[in-house]
Amino acid sequence: MNVIEFTFLVWAGSLIAGFLGALTGLGGGVVLVPLLTIFFHVDLRYAIGASLVSVIATSSGSAAAYVKEGFSNIRIGMFLEIATTLGALLGAYLTAKVPASAIAVIFGLMLVYSAYVSRHTRPRTEVEQSPDPLATKLKMNGTFPDTSGLRSYNVYGVPTGFGVMFGAGALSGLLGIGSGALKVVAMDQAMKVPFKVSTTTSNFMIGVTAAASAGVYLSRGYIDPALAMPVMLGVLIGSLMGTRVLVKTQTKLLRIVFSGVIVLLGLEMLLKGLTGGF
Amino acid sequence: MKLRRNLDEQELENLIANLLRAGVVTAALVVIGGAVFYLGSHPWLRVDYRTFRGEPEELKTVHGIVRCAFSGQARCLMQLGLLLLIATPVARVIFSAVAFTIEGDRMYLLFTLIVLGVLLYSLFGSFLIA
Repeated sequence: MNVIEFTFLVWAGSLIAGFLGALTGLGGGVVLVPLLTIFFHVDLRYAIGASLVSVIATSSGSAAAYVKEGFSNIRIGMFLEIATTLGALLGAYLTAKVPASAIAVIFGLMLVYSAYVSRHTRPRTEVEQSPDPLATKLKMNGTFPDTSGLRSYNVYGVPTGFGVMFGAGALSGLLGIGSGALKVVAMDQAMKVPFKVSTTTSNFMIGVTAAASAGVYLSRGYIDPALAMPVMLGVLIGSLMGTRVLVKTQTKLLRIVFSGVIVLLGLEMLLKGLTGGF
Repeated sequence: MKLRRNLDEQELENLIANLLRAGVVTAALVVIGGAVFYLGSHPWLRVDYRTFRGEPEELKTVHGIVRCAFSGQARCLMQLGLLLLIATPVARVIFSAVAFTIEGDRMYLLFTLIVLGVLLYSLFGSFLIA
């Protein structure tokens, strides 16, 4: 392929990935690396570098929309970013030490897992508990706008959440993804943060987490401008289009189809990693 | 008093939202500018990303990218755009540090400075471990 063909096809593929990712809420970042490595035969390290850059673009681009609605909790986000950024540094450091085939296997497992999580979101039973002393000390309890005015909430399980966030950051740095699914799990399940608050706060944190590994990627030469350019522009435009359409369409069938695609890509990565295809 | 405080927080969040949007738009424009030069200069060149070769030195460090971009090289200009994109969350964290200082929240100022330290280390010091 020549420069024009390659750039256009990668841009179009990234646009579709970003569009479907935003529309289904599954994130476009997870399918970028399989897309680039399996269909465009891009080396795994270049693919991870380009994917990470586009994660920052979508996170910062859509945070603008979320922040205005007043759902995100800046204190929870900032405190947990200590864990995610340190994890991301470790993950980015490990990309050079772990063989590409092992990264592909971890990637495959993560894809299958994130598709599974998106289909099985457990409804949480709301139990009235007394406020957690640590969360209170950290001033994490907050309010968010609801249909019936401001609703207040308490936060629990701070150490567990912090630990899971470190893992989410490490995965983000290792695989060049946002790992939003894991961030939401940490806040929603471990810390009992209301779902709306945890999704928006997670999105807010993704950009900062990715920036922490981006510096390491840059100094290792993982970020190739000619490859990252169409990926970043495609995902950014696609996801902005996706969030616009989001409110108007029934996305249930699309979610099922897209998570099916994610599982297939995950299995392909797993297989290629196990048979030494990387 | 309470109401006034909430209003300020909302204003602050709107400012952060605008900052993030401005960062992404600026980065995208610089990337597009570089892309025009890049696509125009050798459109029919064959591309191959099968093997990892790393990047030349001027595309790997902050000051290298800035210097090279101002010499007008297309690849460096695109990389400068990507660097601006990476800098956007960093600017957001700096902004939060200022906000926590104004609020007089020392605990969260400390947390923010830790995060900022990790980010700056990654951008400027990670060649030490790379």
